[in-house]
Amino acid sequence: MTAKLTVRNVVVAALLIALALLPVYAEFGGNRFVLTLFTRIVILAMAAVSLNLILGFGGMMSFGHAAYLGIGGYAVGILAHEGVTSGFVQWPVALAVSALFALVIGALSLRTRGVYFIMITLAFAQMAYYIVSGLARYGGDDGLTIYKRSQFFEPLNLSSKVQFYYLCLALLYGSVYVVYRLINSRFGLVIQGARSNDTRMRAIGFPTYRYKLACFVIAGTMCGLSGALLANHTDFVSPAMMYWTRSGDLIIMVVLGGMGSVAGPVFGAVALLVLEEVLSSITEYWQIILGPLLLLVVLFARGGIDGLLRQAGPKPEQKVHQ
Amino acid sequence: MTLFIEQCLNGLQFGLLLFLLAAGLTLVFGIMDLVNLAHGSLYMVGAYFAATFAAFTGSFVLGAVLALVATLLVGMAVEVIAMRRLYGRDHLDHVLGTFGLILFFDESVRLIWGPAGLSLPLPPWLNTSVQILPGVHYSAYRLAIIVVTLAVAAFLYFLVMRTRIGMLIRAGASNREMVGALGVNIKLLYTLVFGLGAALAGLAGLMQAPILTVEIGMGEKILILAFVITVIGGIGSIRGALVAAIFVGFIDTLGRAFFPDMLRLMFTKEVAATAAPALSSMLIYLLMAIVLIVKPEGLFSAGNR
Amino acid sequence: MRKTLLAAGAALMLAAVPAAAQNKTVKIGFVSTFSGPVAVIGNDMRNSFELALDHLGRKMGGLPVEVIYEDDGFKPEVGKQKTEKLIESDKVDFIVGYIWSNVLLASVKPAFDSKTFLISANAGPNQLAGELCSPYFFSTSWQNDQTPQAMGLYMNQKGVKSVFLIGPNYAAGKDMLAGVASTFKGKVVGQELTTWPSQLDFSAELSKAKAAKPDAIFVFYPGAAGVQFLSQYAQAGLKGTIPLYTAFTIDELSLPRQKELALGVPGAQQWVNDLPNEQNKKYVADYVKKYPGLKPSFYGAQSYDAAMLVASAVAATKGNLSDKPAVQAALKKADFKSVRGNFKFGNNHFPIQNFYLQDVVKQGDDYVLKTVATIVKDSQDSHHGKCPMK
Repeated sequence: MTAKLTVRNVVVAALLIALALLPVYAEFGGNRFVLTLFTRIVILAMAAVSLNLILGFGGMMSFGHAAYLGIGGYAVGILAHEGVTSGFVQWPVALAVSALFALVIGALSLRTRGVYFIMITLAFAQMAYYIVSGLARYGGDDGLTIYKRSQFFEPLNLSSKVQFYYLCLALLYGSVYVVYRLINSRFGLVIQGARSNDTRMRAIGFPTYRYKLACFVIAGTMCGLSGALLANHTDFVSPAMMYWTRSGDLIIMVVLGGMGSVAGPVFGAVALLVLEEVLSSITEYWQIILGPLLLLVVLFARGGIDGLLRQAGPKPEQKVHQ
Repeated sequence: MTLFIEQCLNGLQFGLLLFLLAAGLTLVFGIMDLVNLAHGSLYMVGAYFAATFAAFTGSFVLGAVLALVATLLVGMAVEVIAMRRLYGRDHLDHVLGTFGLILFFDESVRLIWGPAGLSLPLPPWLNTSVQILPGVHYSAYRLAIIVVTLAVAAFLYFLVMRTRIGMLIRAGASNREMVGALGVNIKLLYTLVFGLGAALAGLAGLMQAPILTVEIGMGEKILILAFVITVIGGIGSIRGALVAAIFVGFIDTLGRAFFPDMLRLMFTKEVAATAAPALSSMLIYLLMAIVLIVKPEGLFSAGNR
Repeated sequence: MRKTLLAAGAALMLAAVPAAAQNKTVKIGFVSTFSGPVAVIGNDMRNSFELALDHLGRKMGGLPVEVIYEDDGFKPEVGKQKTEKLIESDKVDFIVGYIWSNVLLASVKPAFDSKTFLISANAGPNQLAGELCSPYFFSTSWQNDQTPQAMGLYMNQKGVKSVFLIGPNYAAGKDMLAGVASTFKGKVVGQELTTWPSQLDFSAELSKAKAAKPDAIFVFYPGAAGVQFLSQYAQAGLKGTIPLYTAFTIDELSLPRQKELALGVPGAQQWVNDLPNEQNKKYVADYVKKYPGLKPSFYGAQSYDAAMLVASAVAATKGNLSDKPAVQAALKKADFKSVRGNFKFGNNHFPIQNFYLQDVVKQGDDYVLKTVATIVKDSQDSHHGKCPMK
């Protein structure tokens, strides 16, 4: 990719730099809550990036992606509750369980397509939700407070807000990079080919089911990691983390930001969550503004925020798949 | 045995209520290929209208009729203003756009009627229980719901199977382009179908209002069940929706009724008490997953989608 | 471009909050539910808190008071976020509110970690009375078990031999049912927990209760769910056949919608609007005057007391709120006139107080709650022994 000086690329760069400099602002502005808010945004952005991998590039419309947030979160929460606070145990477990869950439900769900795929992924996520709600030992519906964050080696301390923010940010940038590399690899081309014409891809000899399943598992694992981060961030896990409305939120972030664009979900997450925060501080009735705004984005800004930015300024001659 | 009969009636009543919601959803989904998350909002609007009109006119039945008409009009207005522009777009665009509508409806209701919610009191002749079998008493109003919804189901069957408009609806569900190509006024048909779906949702909302609630967000809670039914039954199939709705109603109610006791046999009281409500709610989703794994297009698939 | 503008706008909005309080003012954060169907409860709490500030001349210990209200959206994770925001961004001196036990349980950690005093004006989960008790936590309400325990005692008095328990499946629901079972001497013939807050159809549970043929049904459904429960109970034909006993199911907020369905259904409460003390008369009279058409509920009464409790501590420490042990000692004294009549704090900072039997009476076209009797005097919760504080 040769970076061109378009409006969009400038904004992307500005956003990346702004996110990196945020702790400085929080420190000198004396407002540490900005850091808390943005840590949350960064974590959810990572979940949205992982969803975009299957949604935007793979054409797999999962309506159950929040399940991995919950699974990753509960892996940390349950282990912490049982006295295992080492991140070297908690996080690999979170990743492994998420991957396993994705493998099983992916293998079953990928037999269906279209709306039925949406609904079957929803069904599995809701099952996970109810199972977690039924865990009396771990708080059931009320959730579980985590009294000690994941422990790693000495200088890294997740209880330090700045350190934790940078860890999350690094992982977000890392996952954006992973997605970028993936979709530009042979693997990614097969996935995108299967999205536009599955039959043809199979006809030329690609076992697309296996490719798609692998993609599904990668996305699930990545989201499981953001679940582990989210649990550490909120010091609390509850079934609400994986309720279907949360899956809906993630979809909204992706579509709002721009599907099938690597940076899109980051835009979407930042825009949606900042908008919520700002509007709700202006008026109690903030949803009456946000609702029609979302509808307008759908009607008039195809490709979401990323699409808008691409249109702004001089048009690049060819839409580069980034 | 008495208990079992009662629980079956509870399940049937809940299932039929869900059918009203799912019928509208499956029509809109099947014919316009529109994923309408805001369907639950129309359910809410129906209930609010009914509570308002009933208080205004002093008559439960008159209030209900006025509310039905009003919800039909709101539905058609929503179709003309917003939904029409979403046809042919990606399903995810539908999700985002109609989610925006949910927020809008919820807050509008809060602005107009306040946050507290309303109540729709029943007339005394419905607010009682009747003896249906020797020794079995059952809520008169729940029986009334069963009767009304069965009548609506019969009406829908007649409408879809025996009338010209029904023929167009069926044709639209299996091949949209072709209906348009044959010179049918597709725009009007869509507006009517959407209005009909809205009225059905409104009817469900107003009928459950005296038992359950008239409050903001009531639609979101039940919407997902309506989607589950639509999918289990096969998108676009009213018959499928009816079968699936009754199934889901039974599973939900009987699960809640008998599952906790089964769990108590296996686990300690505390574990069972927490796990039972959660696990019985899960049964419906388990059913959907199994149906989709075995029949990836639902039980009675109408189209070729 | 739009994006950067938004981000800049957001940054401005967030930065607009003035930096560090120097105790020229007393800053209080108030977390409750102000959206959705249970917003009526949050509004009643806010109204009462504001009324208390009016009565205090909007000053505590000579310092002006600033209150920041935050909506928890009925969700534990949102409540926790708002609590964090109040502590980190607004730097409040006290946090008050919390209707829901699960929201409160999720929110206490940031308060305790930052040594911010948190005063629950409603929720009283057993954990905070026992092993999780903290020097930074106080309650102006009750521990969840206490009210149903009083109801259990009353059912013994009434000679009830068997009971069927129904309640919502969350922290408070479990506490309530455990509470009534701990003092009730008869047999608990069945117990049902329902999904909270989504389940509103209680037909399956009511059918089971009917089939179990108990002497009585005990129920706990706060807020709007209480309205639904009573109407379904009547429709199931149970009214008049199996008597109902309640805790936190009938109050001034739900009564306008429950109406005659609530007649003859007893409840237990630590505060009733007609308690004959001066502070209470003033509170109820001024509330009705300030908010025409509304009546105060126990939620409001507890919030009013919370404001008075904070004021007493600010006055006692002469506004030096950075001296945490002094503030804590001042709070512990409960040196203010409570609308329920004065009370003492136990070692776990929960009130030791009386519980009354209340009943619904029809007055003209209006339904009101009345005190019938005192069920138990100076009741202390049963978890205080597990709290290490002395």
